[in-house]
Amino acid sequence: MSHRDHGATDSHKLGVRRTVVRSVAALIGMFAFAFALVPLYDVFCQVTGINGKVDNTAQAIIHEGVDDSRYVTVQFITRGSSGLPWRLEVETRQVRVHPGQTSEINFTFRNQSAEASRARAVPSVSPSRASRHLRKVSCFCFDEQHLEAGERLELPLVFQLARDLPPDVNTVTLVYTLYPVTDARAPRRAQVTAGKGDEA
Amino acid sequence: MAPKLPPQPPLEHSSAATAGGAAAHHAPPRGMLRWLLTTNHKEIGSLYLIFSLIMFFIGGIFAMVVRAELFQPGLQLVNPDFFNQMTTMHGLIMVFGAVMPGFVGLANWMVPLQIGAPDMALPRLNNFSFWLLPIAFLLLLSTLLMPGGGPDFGWTFYAPLSTTYAPPSTTFFILSLHMAGISSILGAINIIATILNLRAPGMRLMDMPLFVWTWLITAFLLIAVMPVLAGVITMMLMDINFGTSFFNAAGGGDPVLFQHLFWFFGHPEVYIMILPAFGIVSAIIPTFARKPLFGYASMVYATASIALLSFLVWAHHMFAVGLPLVAELFFMYTTMLIAVPTGVKVFNWITTLFRGSISFEPPMLFALAFVVLFTIGGFSGLMLAIAPADFQYHDTYFVVAHFHYVLVPGAVFAIMAGVYYWLPKWTGHYPNVRLSQWHFWLSVIGVNLTFFPMHFSGLAGMPRRIPDYALQFADFNLVSSLGAFLFGASQLVFVAVVVLCVRGGEKAPAKAWDGAEDLEWSVPSPAPLHTFDTPPTFSPHVH
Repeated sequence: MSHRDHGATDSHKLGVRRTVVRSVAALIGMFAFAFALVPLYDVFCQVTGINGKVDNTAQAIIHEGVDDSRYVTVQFITRGSSGLPWRLEVETRQVRVHPGQTSEINFTFRNQSAEASRARAVPSVSPSRASRHLRKVSCFCFDEQHLEAGERLELPLVFQLARDLPPDVNTVTLVYTLYPVTDARAPRRAQVTAGKGDEA
Repeated sequence: MAPKLPPQPPLEHSSAATAGGAAAHHAPPRGMLRWLLTTNHKEIGSLYLIFSLIMFFIGGIFAMVVRAELFQPGLQLVNPDFFNQMTTMHGLIMVFGAVMPGFVGLANWMVPLQIGAPDMALPRLNNFSFWLLPIAFLLLLSTLLMPGGGPDFGWTFYAPLSTTYAPPSTTFFILSLHMAGISSILGAINIIATILNLRAPGMRLMDMPLFVWTWLITAFLLIAVMPVLAGVITMMLMDINFGTSFFNAAGGGDPVLFQHLFWFFGHPEVYIMILPAFGIVSAIIPTFARKPLFGYASMVYATASIALLSFLVWAHHMFAVGLPLVAELFFMYTTMLIAVPTGVKVFNWITTLFRGSISFEPPMLFALAFVVLFTIGGFSGLMLAIAPADFQYHDTYFVVAHFHYVLVPGAVFAIMAGVYYWLPKWTGHYPNVRLSQWHFWLSVIGVNLTFFPMHFSGLAGMPRRIPDYALQFADFNLVSSLGAFLFGASQLVFVAVVVLCVRGGEKAPAKAWDGAEDLEWSVPSPAPLHTFDTPPTFSPHVH
């Protein structure tokens, strides 16, 4: 720029300024886009059921009759978390259900340490295609749990597999992973999600 | 932007041009200050190139540590923690410290010369973008000395490895990456502003040399994806330090989201590292084949198509995370689609060579090796694009072989070809032919010895990023390590060539190469500090 002493300088300066303004606008837009992708990703996964994300809200039972013609195996896997002295156990590792049938399974939380603490079980469904057809009527995973030292707590999961479960899905695996809840932020976030589905 | 200076004699050596202080006392700063305050595109270009070379050697030393450890099975030289830091730092430094600044340096030097502009559009911003880099990388390197060590999670820094399980120095890593990112973004804005506004009168976009075109498109890619990288590392920073849960399932986040965001940046990033290489090769091949480039317009459109497609392929890095079938197919097909514009380019280069009057000067040697070896890397990329096959190749040495073939004899050879091609313009001397040939042949042999066996060890199942391996991979790794030592040592020859060329050698005329046509060959060699103070008359030659 500095050596352009002829008439074109001003128009060059204007052009450069316009280019810079537009580039900076694009920059800011892309930075915002990166953050916008976070909620978009959640919505996308929930709508499509990709990634085994389940709707973390209570849903009503649909009385659509039980499809006696087929069995689906539902498996339960529970996992602890490093740094959290809790155990999560399920009364039965695997059940066979008909689509449309409502079942109840009991899970046992146990705090093995000498201190009270809070934790939350986060679900994941595999295959992810099945997650949209898994309806949870009540689940301990909707809330965080608070256990006193050595306390033991039995909580139910009531669920139903919808009848429109794809016919080639014969096994559905539900994984619950325990995570410690340490700050005030995490439960608030969970409740926001829970509020959305109240009318369901 | 900068205050106006009286016209200066062209061969004035110490005129650091336009910084505010310089204008005040009419005597440009000398010594260190001259380089610290320079706003001259040629001096900043040289700074970038020297910085890139230093980083190339530091990253190279880390690679040598990795190869020395992998020389034979078992753990012998370094402990696995340090091995992880070496692989990570090697990747980070080579990508962000060597290849990207190398291309930015060439752009600083050559873009104004090739479009007939007196300097970059924003010279002081240019100075700032360069000086961010040494600070960023000093900070990054200093993490190696911090308690807990440097980054050890791979250059892709997947969460939660880089958040929950990361060493305490990760916050410094994030800061240094932010600075390097800001540097690239500012550099990109500068390059776009220069190309769009400062072209010689009469030079239309479709008259620009391909190096300028590919850099224009690269700069747009940088502006589109560097902010996404900045966003990702900001989220990491908040997850680590402020208790958010972007990538933490316990708080409702998702680690897979990290991979989506990272590769949304990361895939365009790999084209950022190769598109300018296409531009350099498209300048060199016509020069030494003494024929105009075949299919100029198709080259431009192919580059643009590659850039656009690069936004639609990111999840091919994630075939193994459990994508739904539809997504696997979509990303598989879009990835294969990229082979079409890339093939157009390769065929155009071959057609340019066809019945040309070819001579094999050092830049041409590197450009030809680029075409052959980059194509090998492209083909292994196509193999990796096949989603079902990728389940086997994923995270094996086959992937390592693939991306090193496109980056080392791809991007790095192109930078070296560019350096050999433009050294006469920069220094006024031809590089020593005999030494250049030694450098070339040792490098070609070294590169292939290093990376070709990795295809085989990868297909046989050797995982990447592991300091030890099963006995059946011993021979392949021995060859790879020997090749790597050869390649590393032969780069000392490159330094010798450059130093000798700066200090003397056969004098080069303004038009240093017979068949070279672009505007940079109309200014004297060595190029005076200030060129094109009055815009050149440009007559478009038929492409």
